[in-house]
Amino acid sequence: MTLLYSEVEEELRAAVRDLLADRCPPAAVLAGAESAPGRDAELWKALARDIGAAGLLIPEDLGGAGASAREAAVVLEELGRAVAPVPFLTSAVMATWALVRCGGDAARELLGELAVGETTAALAVSLATSPYALSTPPAAVRAEAGRLTGRVTAVAGADAADLLIVPASGALYAVDAADAVVEVVTSLDLTRPVAMVTFDGTPGRPVGADLAPLRAALAMGAGLLASEQLGLAEWCLATTLAHVKERHQFARPIGSFQALKHRLADLWMEIVQARAAARGAADALARTPGAGAADEGGAGEVALAVAVAQAWCGTAAVHAAEECLQLHGGIGMTWEHPLHLYLKRAKADEIALGTPGDHRDALADLADLPAPLPA
Amino acid sequence: MTVDETAVEERVRAFLARHDPAATPPLDFLRARFDAGLAWVHFPEGLGGLGAPRELQSVVERALTGTPQHDVGRLAIGLGMAAPTILAFGTEEQKRRFLRPLWTGEEVWCQLFSEPGAGSDLATLATRAVRDGDEWVVDGQKVWTSGAHFARWAILVARTDPDVPKHQGLTYFVCDMRAPGVEVRPLRQITGEAEFNEVFLTGVRLPDDLRLGAVGDGWRVAQATLMNERVAIGGAPGRRGGGMLAEITETWRNRPELRTHDLHRRLLDLWVEAEVTRLAGARLREQLAAGAPGPEGSGVKLAFARLNQALSGLEVEMRREEGLLYDDWTFRRSESVDFFGRGPGYRYLRAKGNSIEGGTSEILRNIIAERVLGLPAEPRADKNVPWKDLPR
Repeated sequence: MTLLYSEVEEELRAAVRDLLADRCPPAAVLAGAESAPGRDAELWKALARDIGAAGLLIPEDLGGAGASAREAAVVLEELGRAVAPVPFLTSAVMATWALVRCGGDAARELLGELAVGETTAALAVSLATSPYALSTPPAAVRAEAGRLTGRVTAVAGADAADLLIVPASGALYAVDAADAVVEVVTSLDLTRPVAMVTFDGTPGRPVGADLAPLRAALAMGAGLLASEQLGLAEWCLATTLAHVKERHQFARPIGSFQALKHRLADLWMEIVQARAAARGAADALARTPGAGAADEGGAGEVALAVAVAQAWCGTAAVHAAEECLQLHGGIGMTWEHPLHLYLKRAKADEIALGTPGDHRDALADLADLPAPLPA
Repeated sequence: MTVDETAVEERVRAFLARHDPAATPPLDFLRARFDAGLAWVHFPEGLGGLGAPRELQSVVERALTGTPQHDVGRLAIGLGMAAPTILAFGTEEQKRRFLRPLWTGEEVWCQLFSEPGAGSDLATLATRAVRDGDEWVVDGQKVWTSGAHFARWAILVARTDPDVPKHQGLTYFVCDMRAPGVEVRPLRQITGEAEFNEVFLTGVRLPDDLRLGAVGDGWRVAQATLMNERVAIGGAPGRRGGGMLAEITETWRNRPELRTHDLHRRLLDLWVEAEVTRLAGARLREQLAAGAPGPEGSGVKLAFARLNQALSGLEVEMRREEGLLYDDWTFRRSESVDFFGRGPGYRYLRAKGNSIEGGTSEILRNIIAERVLGLPAEPRADKNVPWKDLPR
């Protein structure tokens, strides 16, 4: 186990960072946030195909890179740092991992298309789904003779998807997005808006016989979301530091006031801890590729690392964005400054895939700290 | 030649073949272990090490589990602070003289840094060292000195030039605790015991070959000690759920009648914080394996202090009526530093020192802000003023 970054991971980071610096500066994300919220198709094409990010988690024999959660985590750090409006988490991590875990010819064929970035997919579940709340399967969609009917709310990445992976009647189905109705709703997060997805006798091909792959995908998504939150928090800290070194009041840089220095030192430490926790989760997910959520036997270590990372990083990212706003003063309240994109993403990420409280609750079992006995 | 894991394992095997841990007197075993380069593998050969990467130490520790060990609590200052400083700044002669008995525990070390008038502002310290031929004559008072009552040697910072600004006039020495003029008085703490001491230095004569580093370079040498101290306090390798957390989680599991929903929520919060701090420490040690401790160690020490205080406070509260009791207020001198020993009341009180010793949490935040984050310093009244002209 290592919590550091390998050379290969740093090279991947540099490639992603260069692309984002070139194609996705904060001003461009801000401009696109209203005209085409959550979408930069050209950027996604470059990331997915040219850099090969779409196929990172896909085995080599299916045309993917056969890389691990560690590499995907580094991509997410950079995407978080740029609040990049691309469906990497929803397609290349969550939907892809569900299909990897499905196995089977139908899933493998779809993975071949995903690997080269020809197809983009999304899991048709609410972004607010907690990985721990799946003991009873979501009943939103039912399947009858290969036809799906029902409605799923707050689906992230559906607007960018050609393919939807849909849990229905206890199994997983692949649906062409064009056959469903995808309505993007006005969302708190301007760079990853959610959509309402409606199926009305929509044809679906079975790809998974049960919901185990869905649980694994949610756990993978939750564990790697921590790296996105880390990158986001790092941007907020770096941007705040640059500001307080520049901004003068009382004839001094405001960053020379001890009250602000101590707050920023504490925030830095919170991010140091977030980095260690996010790397811990990515490393655990990478070492046990078969492991999923808490209810899967022998996967306790992975589940624990994911829960720890999410319990900490969700809060840390929100805190970083809120401190960034406060320490920018009035400038921080303006639409013109991109930091509100980070605040909105951070707050949405806090709810995504289990709140920090959901993950702490899960640790009662995972860390053997049982709840009080009933009175 | 770089020493790898296999080579270290081979060394340990060969060492154990020659020295049966069950049949060798403990001190002989520890001396032999030092001579075999298995004391601290990242130290140079001949000085208790193999010149190997630091992370291979864990290979040695695993392989030598159950063999005679030195008392880490008693030797903490020697191992964590004096040794790396001697290694970095000592002469060959000093390294050969001091490191072996330091590691085996034959000679215990203490630290003569803080003074009644120089705590957070260490560089303003007033203990004087005046040159007299081949010797230095030291006069002053030091405080908060753990283990001075059983220490053979001390690391000492003293003022050798009062006419220059405060950081420039300091020199670093090894102080002979048996020299005439060294007087150690116990300093009773809020726990009731005396782990710390006041040390009075009156006309103490130290030969010049006990100087560590150049005359006037004491601040730089002391910085190396302090960085190592923060890593020693905050970066001790821990297992998940270990340290202060082990005490409270054991109580939690064994005493279901004490559990409430409020305590449960707060305990889970702290458990997560302890785990991410442990991971941050583990990551720091991985980085350390490649180089010297940087200011990042200050962050882990800061987090460690906060956690110890919060966890020990929660445990006293959780125990309710038992929390009203204390095991023993009898004045006594402790033989070792132990943050986790004795009862919950002791742990709660002792943990209060964690945010003061080795740099207060406030000073550590300044260090992080200025040295890691590059934030500008506060305007200062003591810059470029000779030490003797500073208000005191």
